Amino acid sequence: MQSVARRLSSTASRRGFATTSAAFQAAPLEKPVLNKTFKIYRWNPDEPAKKPELQSYTIDLNQTGPMILDALIKIKNEMDPTLTFRRSCREGICGSCAMNIEGRNTLACLCRIDRNPAKESKIYPLPHMYIVKDLVPDLTYFYKQYKSIEPYLQNDNPPPQGEFLQSPEDRKKLDGMYECILCACCSTSCPSYWWNQDEYLGPATLMQAYRWLADSRDAAGAKRREKLQNEMSVFRCHTIFNCSRTCPKGLNPAAAIAKIKLELSAE
Amino acid sequence: MIAARLGLQSVSVLRQTPRVVRSHVIKRAVQTESIPAASSGHILRKQALARPSSPHFTIYEPQLTWLASIANRATGVGLSVLFYGFSLAYLVAPSTFSSENVVSTVKSLPSSVKIAGKAILAGPFTFHSFNGVRHLLWDLGYFITVKGCYQSGYAVLGLTALGTAGLVAW
Repeated sequence: MQSVARRLSSTASRRGFATTSAAFQAAPLEKPVLNKTFKIYRWNPDEPAKKPELQSYTIDLNQTGPMILDALIKIKNEMDPTLTFRRSCREGICGSCAMNIEGRNTLACLCRIDRNPAKESKIYPLPHMYIVKDLVPDLTYFYKQYKSIEPYLQNDNPPPQGEFLQSPEDRKKLDGMYECILCACCSTSCPSYWWNQDEYLGPATLMQAYRWLADSRDAAGAKRREKLQNEMSVFRCHTIFNCSRTCPKGLNPAAAIAKIKLELSAE
Repeated sequence: MIAARLGLQSVSVLRQTPRVVRSHVIKRAVQTESIPAASSGHILRKQALARPSSPHFTIYEPQLTWLASIANRATGVGLSVLFYGFSLAYLVAPSTFSSENVVSTVKSLPSSVKIAGKAILAGPFTFHSFNGVRHLLWDLGYFITVKGCYQSGYAVLGLTALGTAGLVAW
């Protein structure tokens, strides 16, 4: 047994793993350098008097992953560790890396780098938000607005046993709304939200408001509608469509808001 | 950095004291200012006052969605100002702004000015009218998708061009 093992190992060491001799192997391809410049919004709370500015970073795209988030991580790791941004899942399910890339709000992890080296890529934080640092906006008020619509099932009459049941048709009404990850891309793309952030709830929160209005198991519809029945909460929406156009998950907040408007107008 | 932000700057006592005192009296190299926990809110609020608001319409990509909305608002305001302005002017000076006077004034203008003036009036009017219909359809629940928004948007632009040309030629 031992001799067999010795013989095997000696064969292996003599042959290596390659079956072709080194002279006939292709040389590994050296990828050409493809430099691209990223201009990134910078603001540091430690120097509050200094105005926000765009800082340029040039990196080799052939040594970078395919997405904008890969570029940001490369810059932070190798060039400037002070660059600050939020990121977590890198697959478009957490919503942390929402930012304005080349003029469009989207998730950095789902946004491919434009490989044209002549074009600079501009990266800003989500528009019209207070900045904590660099690409990190303050989303406190956004979350407060979400909380204000009471985003949970309200029903004082649970079925005597088991869970609330729902027909497949009723369940279907929630498709396209429950998938929202609250990344705030839509709300911060909305000019109405830019000008009336203090009172207008914005597309993300309103779509969730409708998600609970449309739920057949929820019994608080009248109360929910009453809270929205005013000039500011919903009706600052002027059907601009920036929200649906920019949603990185392909959802349609504009349609949800239109349905809320129809329900509120019918009362 | 964080310490500096929270007002916990190290006071450099070392450099200002004579060497004798330094070696005998001062044992601690870094002195910290003690701040009660209750004042953290005040410091954070002071900091929040200085933070900027991120740029918005200057950096957002020009898209048919919001440019059409701005155009709708601008043409609406322009047409209203014209309508109310003319009505009020008529109230103030009925003889100057009477129909006969307006007709004869326009008639005396050269035809190039007439065509330009008609185009300037007809463009916003047709755009605002057709886009108004688009908004009514949205409010009824039609075309309420991104695709519908773009299709109806281009349709409105096409109809505006046709309508303006028609009104100018009329």
